[in-house]
Amino acid sequence: MTAGPILRVRDLRVHFPAPGGQTARAVDGVSFDLSAGETLALVGESGCGKSMTALSLVRLVAEPPAVTLAGSSIRLRGEELVGAPARRLREVRGAEIGFVFQEPMTSLDPVHRVGRQVEEAIRAHETVSRAEATGRTLALLERVGLPDPARAARAYPHQLSGGMRQRALIAIAIACGPSILLADEPTTALDVTVQAQILDLLSSLQREENLAVLLISHDLAVVSSVADRVAVMYGGRIVEIGPTASVLTAPRHPYGEGLLGAVPTMYDDRALKMIPGRVPAATDWPSGCRFHPRCPYAWDRCRRDEPRLADGVRCWLAEEPGRRGETTGFAEVST
Amino acid sequence: MSRVLDLLLPGARLLATLPVRGALTLAVWVALWTLAITRLDRVLDTLRGGAIDEWVALASLTGALLLVARAGRRSATGDPADDDAPGQWAMAWRVFRRHRTAMLGLALVGALALTALLTPYLAPFDPAEQGADIVATRFQSPSLQHPMGTDRFGRDVFSRVLYGGRVSLGIGGMAILIAITIGSLVGALAGYLRGWVDAASMRTVDLLLSFPRLVLLITIVALVEPSVLVITLVLGLTGWMGTSRLVRGEVLSLREREFVLAARALGFGTPRILLRHVLPNVATSIIVAATLGIGNTILVEASLSFLGLGVPPPAPSWGLMVAAGKDVMLDAPWIALFPGLAIVLTVVSFNLVGDGLRDALDPRTDRGVGVP
Repeated sequence: MTAGPILRVRDLRVHFPAPGGQTARAVDGVSFDLSAGETLALVGESGCGKSMTALSLVRLVAEPPAVTLAGSSIRLRGEELVGAPARRLREVRGAEIGFVFQEPMTSLDPVHRVGRQVEEAIRAHETVSRAEATGRTLALLERVGLPDPARAARAYPHQLSGGMRQRALIAIAIACGPSILLADEPTTALDVTVQAQILDLLSSLQREENLAVLLISHDLAVVSSVADRVAVMYGGRIVEIGPTASVLTAPRHPYGEGLLGAVPTMYDDRALKMIPGRVPAATDWPSGCRFHPRCPYAWDRCRRDEPRLADGVRCWLAEEPGRRGETTGFAEVST
Repeated sequence: MSRVLDLLLPGARLLATLPVRGALTLAVWVALWTLAITRLDRVLDTLRGGAIDEWVALASLTGALLLVARAGRRSATGDPADDDAPGQWAMAWRVFRRHRTAMLGLALVGALALTALLTPYLAPFDPAEQGADIVATRFQSPSLQHPMGTDRFGRDVFSRVLYGGRVSLGIGGMAILIAITIGSLVGALAGYLRGWVDAASMRTVDLLLSFPRLVLLITIVALVEPSVLVITLVLGLTGWMGTSRLVRGEVLSLREREFVLAARALGFGTPRILLRHVLPNVATSIIVAATLGIGNTILVEASLSFLGLGVPPPAPSWGLMVAAGKDVMLDAPWIALFPGLAIVLTVVSFNLVGDGLRDALDPRTDRGVGVP
């Protein structure tokens, strides 16, 4: 592999005007790299900016009203996408960066047959004959594991099950051979057994194509099974980033710790813990560390100064680890 | 043996199993052949060189015969089982054909359309032909020779109703086509782009809707010399506002659906998304609006003609004929009665079809399956 990541995101900031003259800082200084063949997972609660980050990578957030602030940088193989002409962005979408969405029920157009939708994706980016597009469509549908590709191609979306629809959507996403796949909660709406199959499909496609995958999920079990690295997002920012094994077993940021504590487990009788309160609105993030109102370890410094992302974690505890022992951490859920 | 029977008398084999369908097929078949044989002289005239509308009539007659023959054979042999994946149209048809009044409406609309197309062969007289002796031939009450009587110029009312139907259906159909096209495009752009496009077009619609349509039409027609073309255009250009509001409303909710986002994520441009993915999802509402709109357009056209502002005489028009008959309503009621009945029948037929389509196509109404 040649040097460097395929996608290099630096200080991405996407803001919206909100009612009352306020500004919603939905994505507020996100930086990460994504390399071929790796899976980076973005985790966090709803409202912390995960999906917005993915959408703004290919400018799918309507601008205006949204604004990608100057100083943001998204480089695809060295090419700057922030400020690139809309026409170039349309080429990138689908052909170089594929998208898999959460809702297989509604992400396919209900009035067209599935095969036609795959063909349309191919023909939007490549000049191929109808016959060739049809042939490639059948091959793609077979590749994503649909048992009877010809029949699936003839079917309308409502005639397929959720899992089959998600497979069809993946076929559309990879139709033009993108090098990056953005998967926004690809398994959340599916049955658990189907989830495993779809995850398996995604990882085998990733291996064969050497795809870079950005997986957005709040399901830590899913993340732990497929991601190489994990970025925990809170308040429009990445608060912790690192290899899956370390972030999900020994989180250094209290928010990551809180998320893990809130996952019920089947085998040990560890008590469920909860993070108090909820994600504040993107219009008024708290001063200092954005997590401090909900953090059991917070002290004056957290309320006053915002920590920087250093060595993969954005928390003052990294500098003063002794303070962790001073409180008991997150409260257990009383049963 | 059965093949020969199907070929000679399509529908005959169905009489035992599906009596209604069989009898209907057979009746249409016999009627068409009767027409072809009794008007053989006119058909031959057409072949020797006829006007364009006669050629259209001949083509329609041939087409109708072929269709009936095919329908008879298909029903007899059973529909081919090609439907393991019925689309929304196939499913809508299943609902529609169980809807009795809608099927009646469809049959009437079909009959009206066929009548309009076959008028040159059906009409016993030229619509403008006045009797040789006006005094003797005018105001004749209905008889075998003149099934709907004659008017004040001794013209055959039946023939005029038939020719008037061509004018009314033609104007109604073309005008609604124009109105629906403009309305869909304006509505789709307004709903999808929002912002100033939306504001500007919807305020224009508000403005146009604040004029009573008939007054607007009368004003325009007073300025422009009316002709069939002008009336069609004017009706089309004043009839799109309702459709544009309807389409805008649906597009506003469609644009938030994930498949639109997915289409954008595939790099599709706005025109493609609008024409291939947004409008087809509104097609059902547009079709229902168009069907219901035809009836209304025909009514408005008749009103204009009634006021003397429509298609200029001597072209036969239902509204004009009603207007001409109203002065002699007590002495010769048939002159106004038959074109009036024709208007009512046409409007009711289209509305029945429209209601049936709405039931069949609207996912929010019950499809008649499952528990009530």
